[in-house]
Amino acid sequence: MSRLAKGGQLDRSQQIPFTFDGQTYLGFKGDTLASALLANDVRLVGRSFKYHRPRGILTSGSEEPNALMQIGVGPQTTPNVRATTQEIYRGLAASSQNRFPSLSFDLMEVNDLLSPFLSAGFYYKTFMWPKAFWEKLYEPVIRRAAGLGALSGAADAAHYDKAFAHCDLLVIGSGPAGLMAALTAAKGGLDVILADEDFTLGGRLNSETYEIDGAGCSDWAAGIVSELAAMKNVRLMPRTTITGAYDGGTYGALERVSHHLATAPDHAPLETFWRIAARRAILAGGAIERPIAFPNNDRPGVMMAGAVRSYVNRFAAAPGQAVSIFTNNDDGHRTAADLVAAGVTIAAVIDTRAGAVAVADYPLITGAQVVGTSGRLGLSEISVRTSAGIRKIKTDCLGVSGGWNPSVHLTCHMNGRPVWREDIAAFIPADGAIPGLISAGSALGEMSTHAALKTGADAAAEVLKDLGKKAPRVTLPKAEDAPVTIQPFWHVNGAKGRSWLDMQNDVTSKDVKLAHQENFRPVEHMKRYTTLGMATDQGKTSNMNGLAIMAELTGRSIPETGTTTFRPPYTPVAIGALGAHGAGKSFAPERFIPSDALAREKNARFAEVGLWYRPSWFTQAGETNWRQSCDREVVMVRASVGLCDVTTLGKIDIQGPDAPEFLDRVYSNMFSTLPIGKVRYGLMLREDGMVMDDGTSARFGENHYVMTTTTAAAGQVMMHLDFAAQVLWPELDVQFISVTEQWAQFAVAGPKSRQLLDGLLSEDITDETFPYMACGDVTIGKVKARLFRISFSGEHAYELAVPAHYGDAIARELDKRAAEMGGGWYGMEALNVMRIEKGFITHAEIHGRVTADDIGAGRMVSAKKDCVGKVSSQRPGLSGPEREQLVGLKPVGTVKQFLGGAHLFNVDDDAVRMNDQGYITSHCFSPTLGHTIALGFVKNGRARMGEVIKMVDLLRNVETKCEICNPVFWDEKGGALRG
Amino acid sequence: MRINCPICGERDSREFHYRGSAKLLDRPAPDAGAEAFYDYVYIRENPTGLNRELWFHDSGCRSWIVAERNVTTHEFFKTELAVDAKRGAK
Repeated sequence: MSRLAKGGQLDRSQQIPFTFDGQTYLGFKGDTLASALLANDVRLVGRSFKYHRPRGILTSGSEEPNALMQIGVGPQTTPNVRATTQEIYRGLAASSQNRFPSLSFDLMEVNDLLSPFLSAGFYYKTFMWPKAFWEKLYEPVIRRAAGLGALSGAADAAHYDKAFAHCDLLVIGSGPAGLMAALTAAKGGLDVILADEDFTLGGRLNSETYEIDGAGCSDWAAGIVSELAAMKNVRLMPRTTITGAYDGGTYGALERVSHHLATAPDHAPLETFWRIAARRAILAGGAIERPIAFPNNDRPGVMMAGAVRSYVNRFAAAPGQAVSIFTNNDDGHRTAADLVAAGVTIAAVIDTRAGAVAVADYPLITGAQVVGTSGRLGLSEISVRTSAGIRKIKTDCLGVSGGWNPSVHLTCHMNGRPVWREDIAAFIPADGAIPGLISAGSALGEMSTHAALKTGADAAAEVLKDLGKKAPRVTLPKAEDAPVTIQPFWHVNGAKGRSWLDMQNDVTSKDVKLAHQENFRPVEHMKRYTTLGMATDQGKTSNMNGLAIMAELTGRSIPETGTTTFRPPYTPVAIGALGAHGAGKSFAPERFIPSDALAREKNARFAEVGLWYRPSWFTQAGETNWRQSCDREVVMVRASVGLCDVTTLGKIDIQGPDAPEFLDRVYSNMFSTLPIGKVRYGLMLREDGMVMDDGTSARFGENHYVMTTTTAAAGQVMMHLDFAAQVLWPELDVQFISVTEQWAQFAVAGPKSRQLLDGLLSEDITDETFPYMACGDVTIGKVKARLFRISFSGEHAYELAVPAHYGDAIARELDKRAAEMGGGWYGMEALNVMRIEKGFITHAEIHGRVTADDIGAGRMVSAKKDCVGKVSSQRPGLSGPEREQLVGLKPVGTVKQFLGGAHLFNVDDDAVRMNDQGYITSHCFSPTLGHTIALGFVKNGRARMGEVIKMVDLLRNVETKCEICNPVFWDEKGGALRG
Repeated sequence: MRINCPICGERDSREFHYRGSAKLLDRPAPDAGAEAFYDYVYIRENPTGLNRELWFHDSGCRSWIVAERNVTTHEFFKTELAVDAKRGAK
């Protein structure tokens, strides 16, 4: 055990068993999986992506590239979880990834021996021929050999949530700068959200031993956190990563709600994805330590020095028995001093700087470099190059510190470019990179605790002032204010062996040199050529070193070389969290018609029409395919009476003194002249002259119309009316509202339709009182209803509208009456057949590229008034014989089949695009006529009645000779309609 | 993006439908001729920087809104109801 006897922020009364690769270990509450493994002397935790090299824990935070684990077993397993952020819980089952057959013996380690061949660009150069092999052979094999964890393949049953929050100030990060900013802003009266990815707020303060205001810094942090927690205007969000910065002060945030629980409370989501709208934000996300690259620096036991300090101070876990430190700055010495204080043996501190001095009692080698490591599956010895030659030092853990990089990531999400700060040898956020966001603390390059506290408080004061509030008096706590002393040192030159930069994607300094040699020199090219920084950690511990090496090779400075672009998310976010409530039925909610229950009782087969579920046909005993049901329903309607739920049609109630004028302007034809008690068919155009929608409007009063739209365009038409009323003609006094949901509406169609309504309605309905295209208020018992004598089937028909909550009852009453006269329900298929027989159009015909003239309705564009689209529709080329016009088609050869979308050609022409004459839009078998029929568009079609052409479908290999005819196939004079 | 709806206050842009240039406010007179309508329907400036445009608050109050937005930075400067913009123009 490497657990220190005392110290750390652990609850030692709560011992927690967990497993790693099947072996049971014990940790304490407060441990991460990484700290618990280190405390149990587990150093080998994974295999690398490409070369399958043994890897250990590198960091203590979300930047971890190596220690990725599979958590859980069975269908709900989660791959690629960073052991450094995963809290342990009773029964946690973790396993290592990318090894076969086992972690300590991995057959794919052979890749490492082949490494001379597997350098950057290897796959691009090697697996090029034959082309077909890539998909079938190369890629699957490469993917199996490489890679990270595996998905279970089962659907993700976990529950994810999405949520929205609003605040005056979002503070990102809860270290000294973040705490001070939150406290100052909260005391100044702002609504504050303080978010941190860690489960314990306090940031780096939890990993340090120095004092703030005379108290241990982690105790000071805990005190401020509880002060904040007690304030009503503060929301603390631990375990919450701010993943992205977006326009208008919007931030994405991922809260890990129950990843740390053995059993989550009922209904608790696994994760919640937040969208936080913040008037201002302070980035206090701290800094990330960067390594120094040297040969074989990826051996388990080689870690970041700050992480070593964190494991010792916060988790009371010594990552080694004899720890060495390799540093180019003073912070490495702080680690050494803390370890000495904790009783951990320091084997040596190797400082690249010649003049470095020890700050505690440990052996120091100055002006030296680590040039190699050895040890199977874990570090046992390092080679140190000094002026006196190579020295070997026995050590089982090497902490490396190359300096600290401010966490500028979020400030780059809106294309901001970080700026170089020479004194700390690091990039800091550019001013104003994210509107409304300012940075503080080490995220701003202010590395001392004092500076962090001060810049945090200052940032909050600036926000308060900005938002018109007075800054409260805040006394800055006393804290260390050590300057950054660093001598940039990126990688060890002139030593044998590969130096790792990106541990997750297995990119070495040699790969960067190769990129340079092959002229992939701009950093964005280098990134893509070598894959440096393209793994799930986005190169948080590797980008800087890579671009520093490229800068060296090209002889340019680091700021001249520039950085690659950090993009959201800051750390990986599960698609499940982003798509919370956007899957399954939440993705497409269901809209049910009022007669849905009855339709299901009657064996309806449903079709989705937008979000609506509409019966396609009703299967009766003995019917084995839809055509039998459909044909029966058509014959039934034409012989007796049929019922159809048409509630889904858009219904818009329009009122006001200018309602008639308004309708005249949105419809191509006249509605102001429509008598009260009458319905008229209307055509709506877009301003570009194309047909937008058709429907009917009924006039119930001088200033009151009820408009119907097609089901498909209901929303579009409503928006169009809003546009016309608000943007085009706000001077018109007209109001309207969608009443689609308020009225259940049923078509009653067929020669016996009036007979069916007889006795149901209180009113007497005759051809005289209620002729074709009449409308009016009627009553059914005590229920006020509306009746329209309109027809989409060509039959004598009505549409009966009742308040929606009577829909089911009326449907059942209609059903009973229809059954008594040999009638019944018909679905969308039969409805479609009957409208094609009548040549009535749907959006199959008015598909957005046809004009009123194309569909033979040119005369419906009134010459007496203006309307939307009128002027455009009269532009040259939008009417006349050169255009494709709506026609009917009937088969004349042995092949009778029509196919939707198939194109039409002259009989003697080749079926090529040049000869195209038109296309089929709708087709069906007409039981009324006994053969197939179709609607379509044909060039100059109205003048070509009787001409025989051919339909050719080259995809489905069908050729049908057909005759161009009137699109009205049945009851051309409309006798059936009128009674 | 967040859009300040004159009726509902500041809301997430996902509540809105974008309709493009506010030029649509200036529909030509019915007798202005085909050229004028061609220009109205099809011809648009393509500015970098400030753009005056129409948004529809369809998941909110169903107001058409005229917004001034910097299309480079997505910063909104001014929003008003189309009804008011139209009346103001007269």
